Amino acid sequence: MGMTMTQKILAAHAGRESVSAGEIIMADLDLILGNDITTPVAVAEFDKAGKKEVFDQNKIALVMDHFTPNKDIKAAEQCKKVREFAWQKGIVHYFDVGEMGIEHALLPEKGLVVPGDLVIGADSHTCTYGALGAFSTGVGSTDMAAGMATGKAWLKVPPAIKFNLTGKFQKWVGGKDLILHIIGMIGVDGALYQSMEFAGDGVANISMSDRLCVANMAIEAGAKNGIFPVDAQTLAYVKAHGNRAPKVYAADPDAAYEKVYDIDLSGIGQTVAFPHLPENARTFKDIPDIRIDQVVIGSCTNGRLEDLAVAAEILKGRHVAKGVRTIVIPATQQIYLDAMKAGLLETFVEAGCAVSTPTCGPCLGGHMGILAKGERCVATTNRNFVGRMGHPESEVYLASPAVAASSALAGKIAPTLM
Amino acid sequence: MKVQGTVIRYGDNVDTDVIIPARYLNTADAKELASHCMEDLDATFVRRVKKGDIIAAGSNFGCGSSREHAPLAIRESGVAAVIAKSFARIFYRNAINIGLPIVECDAEIGEGDTVEIDFDNGRLCNRTRGTEAAFAPFPEFLQNIISSGGLLNAIREGKL
Repeated sequence: MGMTMTQKILAAHAGRESVSAGEIIMADLDLILGNDITTPVAVAEFDKAGKKEVFDQNKIALVMDHFTPNKDIKAAEQCKKVREFAWQKGIVHYFDVGEMGIEHALLPEKGLVVPGDLVIGADSHTCTYGALGAFSTGVGSTDMAAGMATGKAWLKVPPAIKFNLTGKFQKWVGGKDLILHIIGMIGVDGALYQSMEFAGDGVANISMSDRLCVANMAIEAGAKNGIFPVDAQTLAYVKAHGNRAPKVYAADPDAAYEKVYDIDLSGIGQTVAFPHLPENARTFKDIPDIRIDQVVIGSCTNGRLEDLAVAAEILKGRHVAKGVRTIVIPATQQIYLDAMKAGLLETFVEAGCAVSTPTCGPCLGGHMGILAKGERCVATTNRNFVGRMGHPESEVYLASPAVAASSALAGKIAPTLM
Repeated sequence: MKVQGTVIRYGDNVDTDVIIPARYLNTADAKELASHCMEDLDATFVRRVKKGDIIAAGSNFGCGSSREHAPLAIRESGVAAVIAKSFARIFYRNAINIGLPIVECDAEIGEGDTVEIDFDNGRLCNRTRGTEAAFAPFPEFLQNIISSGGLLNAIREGKL
């Protein structure tokens, strides 16, 4: 029996010829990630392993992105704890305010992940790097601590679901619509404990930015990871962002899949996930008039330059509706700079948007855009759980940058009609 | 290991944002986290939970964020075990790694039921209803982590 792409990467990192679904392996790690919320817990655990030093100062990335720039005294103390740990242990890839970005936008941009890598991160959206043909998955702080101490993690080899993609997106439709469509189809536990493996001719028609968005939300279907095949686009992206050599793995032709879904990209419309689960996906034929109070364009899901460019194209020369607080958050310093040079930030400010320094901020109800009781927000983020962006009786509607921008102009959830 | 306790019952897709809302994640202090446990789903939980109680839920328990603060808050609340039809995978490994007992089992359990869990033999006994259900015990690898009292202890003891 052949192996899936995920299984091949896991086998290689366990020093094995092959692995099969269901077995538990100890795998060597290429990179371990933590942020300002999960790392303090990991730092406390690290000492329990009885090791003074981390296994490799070059293979740990610590990114202060969730409650930064520090939102309050407690958050400042958390960052301080991580900063001191990074200094004491000589962690090379430590990113603080002024050089940091939202972790899952930052690491690919810095060239810290390449195809074939095995990455764990104490953040559930670590699955983002599957877009680069790497195995990456979210874990907790204890796994992170163990990884920093030993360079290894225990993993159960997952079975896979295959998504065979064909065709091309229509105008104003993209990766966010695709992944919301898929989660709507299979449910928030539809890929529980499994890999989501994307394949087919349609992959070539999906930009790296959109692939990162799709892989990012694999966790919202319960998946262990989401992974794309490595093609010319991937290799060009990796070459442009770093100098580590990629290792390209491909699924065997006879790999086993629990299920195979065929999806024609041209058949997907602009999609919105209604409160309070990402699986509540609807297209505009089923969306009534819903007034909104806020729009957030940003996050590890949709805070990249291409996302901002789409939103700016829609907002250019127009003004957001009175009463809709529109917050735009470039995901990294580099994206901020590129957006500035391209004139996108000017477009946003002229359209009546607030532009923020990179932060996860509002996505998880941290700061920079918290909702009051009864308020509604259209957000390009990844979760719309109860209380996710603020008051437990507020509502988050997940959508693409295009829908978010169009909604900001209309003052209600609106499709892009241009 | 055996655990017996009174059940606090929840439904499907209990996410980590309702188990411990992110607005309280500016601390890693377990007691402080526990004081807000389940707040956005059930504001009465903190008042009524007693040491040794058992949480029983539907499918996909602990979905969402990787925050280990979620199982930590539950454990610190005094909860002896969590039973669910299925667990989100990060919550599952976090619970094992910190030593919070969990059981994946599709059994009929109601609010207030008294339930006994026999981890070694994979039996779940509902004393209130007089019913029994079986579940797959953890594989040996995970049992070693649990018996060591968590992942880091197991590593220090050279068990992995």
